Amino acid sequence: MAGHVSPKSTYYAIFGALMVLTVVTIYVAYQPLGSWNFPVAISIAITKATLVILFFMHAKYSSRLTKLFVGTAFFFLFIMLTLTMTDNLSRGLKTYQGGAGGAGYGQRDAAESAPAPKAPEGTPAH
Amino acid sequence: MAVHGDHGAHAHHPDLQHHFDTLGQQHEAATLGMWLFLITEVMFFGGLFLAYMLYRIWYPRAWSEASLELNVLLGGTNTIVLIGSSLTMALAVRAAQTGLRKQTVVWLLLTMALGLTFLVIKYFEYAEKFEHHHVPGFDFHFPGPDAGPAQIYFSLYFLMTGLHATHMVIGFGLLSVITWMAARGRFSPAWYTPVEMSGLYWHFVDIVWIFLFPLLYLVDRAHHFA
Repeated sequence: MAGHVSPKSTYYAIFGALMVLTVVTIYVAYQPLGSWNFPVAISIAITKATLVILFFMHAKYSSRLTKLFVGTAFFFLFIMLTLTMTDNLSRGLKTYQGGAGGAGYGQRDAAESAPAPKAPEGTPAH
Repeated sequence: MAVHGDHGAHAHHPDLQHHFDTLGQQHEAATLGMWLFLITEVMFFGGLFLAYMLYRIWYPRAWSEASLELNVLLGGTNTIVLIGSSLTMALAVRAAQTGLRKQTVVWLLLTMALGLTFLVIKYFEYAEKFEHHHVPGFDFHFPGPDAGPAQIYFSLYFLMTGLHATHMVIGFGLLSVITWMAARGRFSPAWYTPVEMSGLYWHFVDIVWIFLFPLLYLVDRAHHFA
């Protein structure tokens, strides 16, 4: 019952892909992509994690029940992250005039909604 | 040999527990159990990632400034070291699957050596943080107006990497036992479950780092917010 035995070349290929993606993620981090830096970094990390799970952790060759368990882990993580983010990111949205909490209800603080201010003069540069 | 009692002439593998019909079924149960545990681990680290995300949204500039203090060279090296250890771990499981006892031990020892390398590099990184007064609560200093939120950043840095390093230490202990068992010839192509389960744990710890590295070290190297 040795299960699925992957050829060594598969492991070396996956390792190579993970190394390339590591270099890419470092390179991309230094490129000024504005608000795209974060989604790009996360996408690369998810790709790397997927490779590890499928090939190093043998999820690709596992039973359907095991695959369901693997999916469950990330499904619950997804719920936790997205529902919290949906709440948090929508808190500043303005509601209808004179709505629920009266004047200013749902209005985001000026400090919160304004783009991050420039570092004040004299802040040591990096 | 009467340990197994009433099984009569039906001889079976000594590592097959009585409540399973076959080794395959036993292996499947172990795999499911391990993944169930890993689900709890995903949620364990997930909570910290969520805290990270929220604070990052609230204090983008502090996140940017503070993350620039981390050492990309050391963090990057550790990424390579850890992914390398995942490769050797996968090869150790493969050697166990194919009944290569000596190779199993060698790959496991290599995995442990790489794990130790990771922890040593992490030690130097932590030492640097103490030197630069970047440890929350210990005479914390951070120039500029973002000292408060920067302290939150470093708290999360130490919590997340510390919890990760704790997992590495546990994994190291786990692999020590497995290596010892492998050296004594406890595993065979018919039964190598402990090697594979330790592998799942080790790879999981690797995955956590795959997310920690870009999120903590590379947050804002392009100076979008600073």
